Amino acid sequence: MSAAEATAAKIHSAAPATGTPEAELAHKCLYYMLLMREVEDRVERKLYRQGKVVGGVYVGRGQEAIPVGSALVAQADDVLFPSHRDMAVFFVRGVSARRVLAQYMGRVGGLTRGRDGNMHMGDMSAGVVSIISALAATVPVAAGAALAMRYKGINGVAFSYFGDGATSRGDWHEGVNFASVQKLPVVFICNNNQYAYSTPLNLQMACANVADRGPAYNMPAEIVDGNDVLAVYEATVRAAAYARAGSGPYLLECKTFRMTGHSAHDMAQYVPKGLFEEWGKLDPIVRLEKRMIEQPWATQGEIDEVHAAIAREVDDAVAWAEQSPFPDAATLLDDVYENV
Amino acid sequence: MSTTYLEAIREGLWEEMERDPNVFCIGEDIGEYGGAFKVTAGLLARFGTRRVVDTPISEAAIVGAAIGAGLMGLRPVAEMQFADFISCGFDQIVNFAAKCRYRWSAGVPIVIRAPSGGGIHGGPFHSQNPEMWFVRTPGLKVVCPATAYDAKGLIKSAIRDNDPVLFFEHKGLYRRIKEDLPTEDYTVPIGKAKVVREGRDLSIITYGAMVWTALEAAETLAAEGCSAEVVDLRTLLPLDRETICASVRKTSKALLLHEDTRTGGMAGELAATITENVFEYLDGPIVRVTAPDTPVPYSPPLEEAFLPNAEKVVEKALWLHRY
Ligand SMILES: Cc1ncc(C[n+]2csc(CCOP(=O)(O)OP(=O)(O)O)c2C)c(N)n1
Ligand SMILES: [Mg+2]
Repeated sequence: MSAAEATAAKIHSAAPATGTPEAELAHKCLYYMLLMREVEDRVERKLYRQGKVVGGVYVGRGQEAIPVGSALVAQADDVLFPSHRDMAVFFVRGVSARRVLAQYMGRVGGLTRGRDGNMHMGDMSAGVVSIISALAATVPVAAGAALAMRYKGINGVAFSYFGDGATSRGDWHEGVNFASVQKLPVVFICNNNQYAYSTPLNLQMACANVADRGPAYNMPAEIVDGNDVLAVYEATVRAAAYARAGSGPYLLECKTFRMTGHSAHDMAQYVPKGLFEEWGKLDPIVRLEKRMIEQPWATQGEIDEVHAAIAREVDDAVAWAEQSPFPDAATLLDDVYENV
Repeated sequence: MSTTYLEAIREGLWEEMERDPNVFCIGEDIGEYGGAFKVTAGLLARFGTRRVVDTPISEAAIVGAAIGAGLMGLRPVAEMQFADFISCGFDQIVNFAAKCRYRWSAGVPIVIRAPSGGGIHGGPFHSQNPEMWFVRTPGLKVVCPATAYDAKGLIKSAIRDNDPVLFFEHKGLYRRIKEDLPTEDYTVPIGKAKVVREGRDLSIITYGAMVWTALEAAETLAAEGCSAEVVDLRTLLPLDRETICASVRKTSKALLLHEDTRTGGMAGELAATITENVFEYLDGPIVRVTAPDTPVPYSPPLEEAFLPNAEKVVEKALWLHRY
């Protein structure tokens, strides 16, 4: 089963055939953000509580604009390294909601066939590399992928995703430094959601912004409104063009807010009252829909239809995932090595 | 013309880089300087900066970048300046490289070369044998060549392997041993041990530089009327249990030898393998000769006391022989 199943066909049918490029982009953004929101809601609020997802659940509610706006810029040869709140990257790269849900449920239909859970998955045929749990470990790996693309004469870019907290790790600094020294085509994309588990930014770093780390590496760094999907898209276009031109890596700091606890079992009581409400007003999906109607890139009726289509798609995906078998225990020993 | 262990590794790298344009080297001071031990000397002049990549002092980035390049279909050979510093890239090795294939079917065809071992007065941070940190990580392969022939044949196999291989090259052997190597291309299979001296009375099972210690001890033992067989493991993971067990079936006595420290050392796994598989063939207890459980000390009398040597092997072997 190939990961790159045809979600793409559905997306394009969601955009009006007669739309301007801006309208089409907005429709794609809406589709992917809503799909991520809906799949994660099902995972966190239904399947996890029903005991059908047995492992950890970390969602990107309120942050959907970041994976969607950035990944839509990526070209076919580019390689993406999504972190744990970037589910939409998989959808944009053609991985279906069915397979993502099967992954969460530990089924054979998931990208890791039950060997790992949640966002710990990848598929080189879709140009998506799996994170490992250790934060920032993919940062030097993304630099290596960029090195390989240059080595092979592929004009590709590596998209390296991480949170604010991950930028405290040595691997982050080693990877960013190496990419800068080698002028590698990497776009570093930080979702600064202001918390790392329970730790607020001021206990994470002494500078005010993640972007402040850029100058130390002689790397352009831009602060972006991470709750505005079109702003993320435009900033990523700039960053990717810079990287693709051979000028070196580029850092995007997308300011956002984690609208949940760290994980499904965390009530986030350490977050000061009012912040959820304040940031809730900046919900990226609501903002995009408002803009689409104002422009006008869509009618309310069309937007409602996208919501309904996504509910149907996710219903189908959940049913498919639930029917995907659990792995046979007899496969336990397989694939530790290619051949031994 | 005979070739040193160090030259054998260089020749292996060189020939693989000539053979496969996807093979490249990455590490600290490996380009113009040729590496701390000069293993990569000459590679830059021949292959250029595209294929001989000097890096910042960033072991996690060296291994991480190798992984990224490996996922993209290249065959990177990463050099740790000393095996001791491999701990700085530990997570990338044991959590990233080792688990990709099992988790998401992605092969990581990388080699990590690590100059290891004591006897050079390197002290606690330039003398260690960290192979066991990796032997207990499924998904990695761990290779410890003892001869120039095996060093060349195994580095070539490691480069051609589609899984991550840790290649521990013993610093004390670099310039100490040499032999005539075949002029034609050859490889030595990963995962196959070798009986390097036949014997009847007991098996000395070892690897790396200690193979030479075992052979020296076997000479002395022969004069004492004890015929020792020497098994060179060559690969620690995956372990060639068949060759180990065949030797013990034949001699009925096992002396396990390594330069690494005692607790949690390879000898423990070997002892368990022997008792599980060929217990009924044993005519005596399984005996270990290893370094003690201390850091590797610097001062010569301390380091000498720390390292196993032929004398210590002979003493234990004679005791076992008489048992
Ligand atoms: C090296 C490492 N240490 C600790 C953890 C446990 N952990 C998982 S997520 C997390 C917080 C991450 O914060 P951030 O990087 O800001 O990402 P966010 O979850 O906010 O998106 C922690 C501490 C880990 N996964 N890896
Ligand atoms: Mg965070």
